[in-house]
Amino acid sequence: MKILVLLSQVPDTTARIAFTNGNTQFDANGVTFIVNPYDEWYALVRALELKEAAGAGSVTTITVGGADTDATIRKGLAIGADEAVRVDAQPTEALQVAEQVAAYAKDKGFDLIIAGKETIDHNGGQVGGMVAELLDLPYIALASKLDVAAGKATIERDVPGGVEVLEASLPLVLSAAKGMAEQRIPNMRGIMAARTKPLTVIPAATTDNVAATTSFELPPAKGAVKMIPADEAGKLIELLHNEAKVI
Amino acid sequence: MSTIVFIDTRGEKLPKAAQEAVTYASKLAGGPVTAITFGGASGLEALGAQGASKVIVARGVTAVDGQQLTKLVTDVAAKEGANTIVFVHDGTGKSVAPRVAAKLKAGHVAGAIALPEGDKFKRNVFSGKAQAWLQVSSATKVISVMPNSIPVGKDGGSATVEEYSGDLGPARITVKEVRKAGAGVPLPEAELVVSAGRGMKGPENWGMVEELAKELGAATACSRPVADMHWRPHHEHVGQTGVAIRPNLYIAIGISGAIQHLAGVNQSKVICVINNDPEAPFFKAADYGIVGDAFHVLPKLVEAAKKLNAER
Repeated sequence: MKILVLLSQVPDTTARIAFTNGNTQFDANGVTFIVNPYDEWYALVRALELKEAAGAGSVTTITVGGADTDATIRKGLAIGADEAVRVDAQPTEALQVAEQVAAYAKDKGFDLIIAGKETIDHNGGQVGGMVAELLDLPYIALASKLDVAAGKATIERDVPGGVEVLEASLPLVLSAAKGMAEQRIPNMRGIMAARTKPLTVIPAATTDNVAATTSFELPPAKGAVKMIPADEAGKLIELLHNEAKVI
Repeated sequence: MSTIVFIDTRGEKLPKAAQEAVTYASKLAGGPVTAITFGGASGLEALGAQGASKVIVARGVTAVDGQQLTKLVTDVAAKEGANTIVFVHDGTGKSVAPRVAAKLKAGHVAGAIALPEGDKFKRNVFSGKAQAWLQVSSATKVISVMPNSIPVGKDGGSATVEEYSGDLGPARITVKEVRKAGAGVPLPEAELVVSAGRGMKGPENWGMVEELAKELGAATACSRPVADMHWRPHHEHVGQTGVAIRPNLYIAIGISGAIQHLAGVNQSKVICVINNDPEAPFFKAADYGIVGDAFHVLPKLVEAAKKLNAER
């Protein structure tokens, strides 16, 4: 079982969101960066579990980014990935990232390529599907459960009103949602081992330039909260009906 | 050049988000558009009201096989000479739109929240903590519309329905089983949501939460610790790492409002917070607040909701 996990670096979930350079850039000042939670908790951990269950194979992570992402990539190695690849390019937009990943993966014979369902900064959820199209592979978005047996994957995903159970042959591309695995905390041995595991930097491929984020803005500040005494709690229902008009 | 819109209409009725996407496409085009769908849906003529002049339906396709559906969409796009392809930013749209964009080398807007200004589209980023303008420079554009971003159009006429007759190739993904969730409103589409957290003290106390949801016709949701402790199923977890929702009303009971939780619900139109801690950060994000014990407040809300239902 040869598995590729797409790993992005994102600001910590508690990071203060602010912008700089005339609101054209994220203000990274004082911000801690982490592995995108969907990539780490679900995609990477499930990949490791599948490899462990099979008793053979490898888990490779791939990141598109500059040298500033190396520490984040090492976190993936500390959790248990066998090797990491960094495409030496600044990520600008989904198709550009997907083309970089596809250019690397196309002749490597991965059985599974797993992305997180989205990054928590750009929230696009696009790269997995784009990689699948570029490699002519099936793609299942938002998988919450993944099992592999005899060259076939069984996948569950939440759909409106229930859960869909799907089957597809390998090779296959997936995006991983909550439920697929439980977060793993790297232990000291993993952290030590990560220092010497291979992190290969490869040059960027040529990509298309189809879109770019030009500016950011913060949502308008919320008005003051209207407090209702607990003993008169029923009034809330009346206000929601007559004032907010939502029920 | 024209605009087409791809929607999933496999449910019992036309989904609101699909009607919104057709409306969005029609407004982008400044006139009638062609809609594409699949499966056995009936009543597709009604999409005329949202601005579809024609609905092309691939009857033989029943599963979300991204490769078949990508072929369907790009085939119709080529025939219609379409340079703009609209999707719903839902599970089906997320499976197909990125493929179509990659195939056509098109810029893809994942989750447009409004009509564009020129070639710039507004979308949520940082889990709703900010918004970004994405400029699409490619000749062909793929736009996935975030549900609940545009009012459903009602003024159009009736659409003609055509069956797609092309060959979409074999399905590489098969549906083994669909397990229906229990009765109640599915969370991602719910317009009203009643959510509760650790303040409920245990899963045995959820009866009151469910009763309020039932009286309001709302879906139930929960915070991450509650799902992690298995008090409630994972699909009810709303927040940055669970489901992100944007209902008209979000009532949060016994949830303190950590930044990760807020990220999943801050797009709600009206937020009500009930918490016994007046310092709970959630109050800063709320429109209405009650400082009080959930076990004291909830019965009063249920009673008032019953009274309102009796009156209308």
